[in-house]
Amino acid sequence: MVSSNSELAYNTKIEGDVVVTRADAVINWIRSNSVWPMPMGLACCAIELMATASSRFDIARFGAEVFRFSPRQADCMIVAGTVTYKMAPHLRRIYDQMAEPKWVIAMGACASSGGMYRSYATLQGVDRIVPVDVYISGCPPRPEALLDALIKLQAKMGTDRSAKRLMTA
Amino acid sequence: MSAPADSLLALKQAHPLVTDRPSLDHPALDVPADQVVTVLQSLRDQAGFDFLVDLTAIDQGEGASPRFTVVYHLFSTTHLSYVRVATACPGGDDATAPSVTGLWPGANWHEREAFDMFGIRFTGHPDLRRILMWEGYPHHPLRKEFPLAGIETTLPDLEVVAETGTKVIAAPMAGGPFVASPGEINLTDAEPRAKDESWNERNEKPE
Repeated sequence: MVSSNSELAYNTKIEGDVVVTRADAVINWIRSNSVWPMPMGLACCAIELMATASSRFDIARFGAEVFRFSPRQADCMIVAGTVTYKMAPHLRRIYDQMAEPKWVIAMGACASSGGMYRSYATLQGVDRIVPVDVYISGCPPRPEALLDALIKLQAKMGTDRSAKRLMTA
Repeated sequence: MSAPADSLLALKQAHPLVTDRPSLDHPALDVPADQVVTVLQSLRDQAGFDFLVDLTAIDQGEGASPRFTVVYHLFSTTHLSYVRVATACPGGDDATAPSVTGLWPGANWHEREAFDMFGIRFTGHPDLRRILMWEGYPHHPLRKEFPLAGIETTLPDLEVVAETGTKVIAAPMAGGPFVASPGEINLTDAEPRAKDESWNERNEKPE
């Protein structure tokens, strides 16, 4: 019985030393599998964020285990917790200090919308000061939800016109 | 060390303007503002109430006289009992009270919090700055006339204000967790995920 070539991977025997693809695909593949998160842990969501990074849930399976507390070395800010108005300018400054390209995950109800804190002291959603790519519902969200958000962010990175952006920047 | 009831009786004899304050649990005293430091000092040194548990304030509302009352909760680590001391602040809306940081250094942050939340100025305080809200915030949030949702004002950092165009807003109560009816809000549209953040050619990602 003759079967067609069912190999999914690149095979030098067949294709030689050349891979044909799009620059966007390569750049996005590299970026999305090596996300360096900036843990903006502000409240109880940060506990779930830590759980996500540790052995049971192991965010390293998705290439995002390199948490960096310096914004210069991070490209994905995970806003985990309640953002007060007093904290909001500092959060924006840390976002500004991150190198392009950069993404933001709003983790939990407080970061997404102010959550239960409808009060004079709480920023009503972190998207009022930084552009948010993925929102996670929950109070706090389970680690699986954060992993799901990371996978969604990776999918979103895959649709980015990275090469065009690099050329025009 | 004498029993707390005896020492409180002796205190009231020494300070005739000190009166009993209605209380459901522990003994409580009303003390005039100009005597509160000496009364607290004799409670600490003679009656054994050596630990300042809490210092807080009460707002009776606009127009009330006296408007603000500062409340001290003391505990004795020798005879294990509490006493509450209240003092009406003179000065109406711009109330003042004497600082007790000289008696208990721990009163420092409590008085800063009472100043931040109520606007009571503690005379003799070494460092009377806001402690919870930011420097330059124009209101005192625990005053009766201040709404829970807040009052529109600017963010602490003007550079970030210029960059983002965001300000402190009165928090929307409808649709929130403490309001049963969603009001005019369409809850599906109010969800954060209803915003289009797919960042494409028509909708560029903002800086």
